[in-house]
Amino acid sequence: MGKRLMKGNEAVVHGALMGGATHFFGYPITPASEIAHGAAQYFPVSGRCFLQAESEVAAVNMLYGAAGSGARVMTASSGPGFALMSEGLSYLAGARLPSVLVDVQRAGPGLGNIWPEQSDYNMVVKGGGHGNYKNIVLAPYSAQEMCDFTRRAFSLADTYRMTVCILSDAYIGQMMEPVELSGDMAEGKRKDWAVYGDVKSRSNLITSIYMDPQLLEKHNHQLQSLYAQVEEECVAYEPYQLDDADVVFAAYGITARICMSAVDKLRNQGVRAGLLRPQTLFPFPKEPIARAADRGAVIIAVELSNGMMADDVELAAKGQSRVLRYGWLGGVIPTVDEIVERTVRDLERGGVQ
Amino acid sequence: MIKHEKPKSFYDTFERKGAGQQVSHYCPGCGHGTVHKLIAEALVDFDVADRTVFMSPVGCSVFAYYYFDVGNFQCAHGRAPAVATGVRRTLKDALVISYQGDGDLAGIGTAEIIHAANRGENMTVFFINNAIYGMTGGQMAPTTLVGQKTTTTPTGRSEQNDGGPLGMAEVMQAIKAPVYIERVSLGTPQGVLKTRRAVRKGLQYQIEKRGFSFIEILSPCPINWKMDPQTSRKWLTDKLEPVFPVQSFRDEGTGEAPPAFREKRMLKGKDLLKLLQGDTAITEVTESTLEETQYVKIAGFGGQGILSAGMFLAKGGIAEGLHATWLPSYGPEMRGGKAYASVILSKQLIGSPVVDLPNVLIAMNLPSLIAFEDDVQEGGIILVNSSIIDRKVSRSDLRAVHIPASDIAKEGGLIAASNMVMITAYLAVTGTLKVDTIKKLLPQSVRRKEHVDKNLKIVDASIAYLKQQGVI
Repeated sequence: MGKRLMKGNEAVVHGALMGGATHFFGYPITPASEIAHGAAQYFPVSGRCFLQAESEVAAVNMLYGAAGSGARVMTASSGPGFALMSEGLSYLAGARLPSVLVDVQRAGPGLGNIWPEQSDYNMVVKGGGHGNYKNIVLAPYSAQEMCDFTRRAFSLADTYRMTVCILSDAYIGQMMEPVELSGDMAEGKRKDWAVYGDVKSRSNLITSIYMDPQLLEKHNHQLQSLYAQVEEECVAYEPYQLDDADVVFAAYGITARICMSAVDKLRNQGVRAGLLRPQTLFPFPKEPIARAADRGAVIIAVELSNGMMADDVELAAKGQSRVLRYGWLGGVIPTVDEIVERTVRDLERGGVQ
Repeated sequence: MIKHEKPKSFYDTFERKGAGQQVSHYCPGCGHGTVHKLIAEALVDFDVADRTVFMSPVGCSVFAYYYFDVGNFQCAHGRAPAVATGVRRTLKDALVISYQGDGDLAGIGTAEIIHAANRGENMTVFFINNAIYGMTGGQMAPTTLVGQKTTTTPTGRSEQNDGGPLGMAEVMQAIKAPVYIERVSLGTPQGVLKTRRAVRKGLQYQIEKRGFSFIEILSPCPINWKMDPQTSRKWLTDKLEPVFPVQSFRDEGTGEAPPAFREKRMLKGKDLLKLLQGDTAITEVTESTLEETQYVKIAGFGGQGILSAGMFLAKGGIAEGLHATWLPSYGPEMRGGKAYASVILSKQLIGSPVVDLPNVLIAMNLPSLIAFEDDVQEGGIILVNSSIIDRKVSRSDLRAVHIPASDIAKEGGLIAASNMVMITAYLAVTGTLKVDTIKKLLPQSVRRKEHVDKNLKIVDASIAYLKQQGVI
């Protein structure tokens, strides 16, 4: 097979095509634009649709139309653009249209800058748009995972009839690494609920409107059962030196990479550190965090935000152990040494329970 | 011939509707029922109901899917043309109808309608203009007349405060792609017949794959206008029509249909994988003998091949079976002056790809040497392009190599290859990768064949220089 050196953003496009994507609708934005560039390069030449929309608002609604017509669809953006798609996300969820959205996070609020933050966590993981909905959220930490998770996102989207988001960041998107294109080439199948413009699907309706409160309540409860099922079936995380760890970092994406190095350095200094890396943010890996908390490990949520993921970590730890919050903002990312030094200092201050 | 039956492309009973499944939800005297019926009849007469996909908007016609026995989408406010575009790009043979009101199309959805029109999407748009928001409760629409009282213009629309009525057919007329633009009116029976003809023309052109049709229909809203149905028809004729001239703006539906956009054959399975794999696979040439993880910072100004030098180094690492990461400076910074790339080569899995404290600095210009010299780890190495950096490395706790990279590249006939001189020097001095490895990679990494040969010669010239200077 051989390995290729590519950016995380390019790997997304490879993964999408391997996952059976046939339609890309998007609007350019740094640091996600290479995804649109790659899609423009590969989709038309392989008989697929690439269309640059007039806005993110239009792009997500094109997704709605194509997904409702049974296609495997995707878009990619970054915070400011993803925010514009929130309206459409809510409609996609209400109409239960499988779709894949990639967010290569940059720093905010507002125009902010193009360096990495992880401050879209609440918008993407908690929903963002209006209504009681959730997205499945995958969190890759390498170019290889950008490829593999995107590929997997399409089958998850079809299996659960949900929106699957890839929550990445500027560094994972811009960084080049070797990528191996492995696994089967997937294809979408005909969906009995979609509108195909033919006799068989003529009575089908794609909608999110339920005028009768009782019916909308039922629809909402069905969505909640679906999300409960997803929590049962889809949690994914990767432990690193976790088994005997007295101090456990919880981090995803680029931050998890830095924490991996911090774990190695701390171990060299005799501190038993470990890393719990969520690969899915919804569903969130509550169980392993609860286990670490139950045995008294200090848990440190490390992220490029003001503690958005840390809220989920604390909920999972249920007050059973100390949870510390390390956050960097504005596109600044911590060095390995900063994390190591701060951890050592905090452990000395509070000790290990 | 006058037909008095319900068209077959309407459902027999409106089961999606709660109560009253024999009648529509539209108010007495409303124009929607009329237009629905004209469309439904045409779908039967053209025998296209099976392949019709209908976009219901937000507004009074939000429930159009109660009635039309076709494939149905309910769309977000104003977004129907974007949803219809998604459908259009997926279902090649479907008849795609976008049906919108004036708040939906002329207010919140102006961007979507303009760009769907500008792309010339093969679809038919029915725009119901009744100069007011209906479903939401009689508020001002972009098409509300100056002086017209609504719930949000209780003393009448003020041109100074609210602007004037927006003519969407005229806006469409400013766009090149649409093949058919007409404004019609339901004010009189003759107007209804003209509307019938326009509806059919708009659908016929789509069936013939001619492109985008836009039919604006002036339509009464007796309830929100606070008039009885007869008065509202008269008001439509007397007041709306003078502001929104009823006319055909464009009709390019004769002659041969334009050639369709030719799509490539869809590649699947192995064929698609082959396309993705391309010819960029890096074959492993040799086992690496690297011991210490290399944290490399390559810095200079844009145009010196900083980023590509980093990529080349990373590829070399992969070819020797190492883990490799490459992280660029990017965005406006990259397009301005300074550029740098961080590369890590390691036998172990690489954690952070960020290089804060390099053990290798390749400085291609003076600002880079000044910026990063102090960050380099003790015992590391700094390589300096001495052609354009007129000072030596000032530290003595690490190894410094000065090489006139720009001169060697220039002599080799390819000034742009100064980055290759630096990479060669780094590898030759440290043994991080074999120089042979990068020589083998050159043919697949350099696009122009004559540049491959020049690069290879420049690699050799760099080695010769280092030997002559006693560096290696």
